[in-house]
Amino acid sequence: MWSFTQLTHWIDTSLHSCMSADWALFVEFVLIGVAVLAAYALIALFLIYAERKICGFFQCRLGPNRVGKWGIFQSVADMIKILLKELVHINRSDKVLFRAASFFVIIGSVCTFGALPFAKGLQAIDFNVGVFYLMAVSSLGVVGILLAGWSSNSKYTMIGALRSGAQLISYEISAGLSLMTIVVYCGSMQLSEIVAQQADGWFIFRSVPAVIAFVVYLIAGHAETNRGPFDMPEAESELTAGYHTEYSGIQFGFFYLAEYLNMFIIAAIATTMFLGGWQPLHVPGWEGFNRVMDYIPSVIWFFGKTFVCIFLALWVRWSFPRLRIDQLLGLEWKVLMPISLVNLMLMSVVVIW
Amino acid sequence: MEEISKLVIFYLLAAAIVVSSILAVTSHRIFRAAVYLLIVLLCTAGLYLLLNYHFLAVVQLSVYAGGILILFIFAILLTSAKGDRTEPHDRRRVVAGIISAVAGLGITTWATLKHQFLYGNNPTVLGEHETNMRLVGQTMMGSGKYEYLLSFETLSILLLVCAIGGILIARKR
Repeated sequence: MWSFTQLTHWIDTSLHSCMSADWALFVEFVLIGVAVLAAYALIALFLIYAERKICGFFQCRLGPNRVGKWGIFQSVADMIKILLKELVHINRSDKVLFRAASFFVIIGSVCTFGALPFAKGLQAIDFNVGVFYLMAVSSLGVVGILLAGWSSNSKYTMIGALRSGAQLISYEISAGLSLMTIVVYCGSMQLSEIVAQQADGWFIFRSVPAVIAFVVYLIAGHAETNRGPFDMPEAESELTAGYHTEYSGIQFGFFYLAEYLNMFIIAAIATTMFLGGWQPLHVPGWEGFNRVMDYIPSVIWFFGKTFVCIFLALWVRWSFPRLRIDQLLGLEWKVLMPISLVNLMLMSVVVIW
Repeated sequence: MEEISKLVIFYLLAAAIVVSSILAVTSHRIFRAAVYLLIVLLCTAGLYLLLNYHFLAVVQLSVYAGGILILFIFAILLTSAKGDRTEPHDRRRVVAGIISAVAGLGITTWATLKHQFLYGNNPTVLGEHETNMRLVGQTMMGSGKYEYLLSFETLSILLLVCAIGGILIARKR
């Protein structure tokens, strides 16, 4: 299987051959930053188009169909439009915090995005504490949401932010516990090693607790993105748009981008932890089948699996009615958290056996 | 990593820490002070990353930025009204604060310069070393010499007691 390390090594050696080591490092920092941000924006554009189209099909409509064939340039047009919009300044709001809030949300999201293993050898940084890092950095977004709600000086944003904070903090627990189940199973937190261990079979096919953890993670992760039946913080019928009601132009765009990318990140983490990351589907014993699967590039495997998880999230979002806030918190504290705690113990028993 | 880039990153982080910690204590809006404190904590996590101590950096992020700061922000949201400003400080307290800050800085600098660091002049441990997650876990959970199982369990009982006490106080009846 072709590895991206060849490409990155070639860039590294050719940069080191024509400049000093410090400048080479600097150029590499800039290159990685540009690549991550470009991927971030492109994936967001694609996801927005996919969501609108799939949502259309779920509701027996065509979805966007005017800009380009099948409306494929719709989200590009939307992007240009949102960049040209005026930024409305809110009277008597805390201006510094108002501006900073959208950056906190998007920084938390980009930092998580940057550490994902996208393909064989295509990972910006491979921490020894990878899983823990992903969970820690993604919690920065909560601060941004709370700041946005408070600094806009409006009741709707305030209620939305408080709801969102309560929701994110509670669902982080069961998301974290279900990821811990897999960490217990494979004995490492390093993302590259977790992926490498799944070469002969994805974790989800190997043990029952992993399946339970996968389902719990999908539900909790979906709730963490503030979407679907869990979109209480934004509940448009009662709160206009929740914590980002007062934002306009590209500042709103940051929240919007972060929402879509968080959906991608949740799906990508689920792929990495449960569905084998970029590893192809291998069935023990079927040599020919495994050989054929190896010919499919690892990028396609990763994005294919991630898109399946995203499709599940969209399916849930457009099928279920919104939960009430007490049902939402009850689901987490009375159902998901006990399940994932018991599941963690079950997994420990499986590992010790 | 190369030496110069390490220095540049260190000075950027240090400048951010110094500026935002001064802002955190001088700001009159309590919410802004909380955000400046958050920036200080994030930059400290950056310093740990620079030292290749990834575990501590991530703990710093998740405990302080993800936990304690959000607790602070929730407390501020629930207790203070919009536009609340702290009163300007008493002159004597400002002077006392500055004196104790300078004294603290002096003592820390003196101790750092005076202390003979165990690994400071030992070239075998300099360079790119990372404290392994597995090592941290085994030290925390081991019962041998220099291992911390007993204190870990004691702390967890303490936390349990705190949680039960909190529920008992917050209970409606």
